[in-house]
Amino acid sequence: MTAKVVTITSGKGGVGKTTATANLASALASMGLKVVCIDADIGLRNLDLILGLENRIVYDLVDAVEGRARLRQAMIRDKRFANLFLIPAAQTRDKSAVSPSDMIRLCAELRPEHDFILIDSPAGIERGFKNAIAPADQVLIVTNPEISAVRDADRIIGMVEAEEKGPAKLLLNRLNLAMVKRGDMMSPEDVVELLAIELIGIVPEDEEVVIAGNRGTPVALDDRNRAGLAFRNIARRLQGENVPLMDLERKDGFFGRLSNVFGRGG
Amino acid sequence: MSGFLDRILGRKSSANSAKERLQLVLIHDRANLSPGVLENLRDEIVEVISRHVDIDPTGVRLEMEKDGRQHRLIADIPLRARRGR
Repeated sequence: MTAKVVTITSGKGGVGKTTATANLASALASMGLKVVCIDADIGLRNLDLILGLENRIVYDLVDAVEGRARLRQAMIRDKRFANLFLIPAAQTRDKSAVSPSDMIRLCAELRPEHDFILIDSPAGIERGFKNAIAPADQVLIVTNPEISAVRDADRIIGMVEAEEKGPAKLLLNRLNLAMVKRGDMMSPEDVVELLAIELIGIVPEDEEVVIAGNRGTPVALDDRNRAGLAFRNIARRLQGENVPLMDLERKDGFFGRLSNVFGRGG
Repeated sequence: MSGFLDRILGRKSSANSAKERLQLVLIHDRANLSPGVLENLRDEIVEVISRHVDIDPTGVRLEMEKDGRQHRLIADIPLRARRGR
């Protein structure tokens, strides 16, 4: 077993990186895969909350890197899945506490025993981002169909290419279909055309995502939830499965157009 | 609702405005070339070429063209017809 390292990043903050990481990790674990997720947002720890594991933290990423704890000790086992682990970010340190080579070394140690290592990157284009993408086999760029988020995503795509970690794939989060239909939100086609990268999935905007965050139970585990289904589909695509884009709206020709976008992107 | 109003008033939708604005700004972001720099570049190109060839400086266009994530700078420089030959 050698894990695939997937880094989830964005450029702009608040677009749903942490939520995406928690959901993809939970979805992959629910499929029986051995998963570890790393919160690389040092100083702004949050992945523990979304996974509902905040009360179990003893050691963190920086403790493991600096040798105060063995890697094993910094890995918190998930409540629901025995095959899912979290390495939390340090809350009282900053990004300079970890280097890109620390991240590569850490992942090299984790790779033989896992199927997936998901890294939740901090927003921005500085040290934290470079740490997060250093060990990546695949980079996912999260964006919302909003003007500033798309611009920042474009910057990050360029930087991922410059670091030779491309081609990155796009996760379009919080799509509001009603707004797209009345011409007040860019469509998935618009965003894919602007950014010129392959789409890995579209997650519809859903209040349940906030509620799930409140409870620390990712929506990907809710069988009836649309955003959860979108995340489960992305988790399958990460495993190389060819899953068609879900029908965001069951009736009209929108699905057809979306599958065109996906087909074009592969 | 605003989409409906846009159609009645013959305005373009806000999604289209966003897309068009991004198309321009991304070209400049990617090449790290602002519209101001492009303007200066145009003036200097006109100056250099005018030293050797008779051109029409008002007709010179310098534009960025996009091909996927690659960009190229396209200069269109009309030559002035030679008279009295």
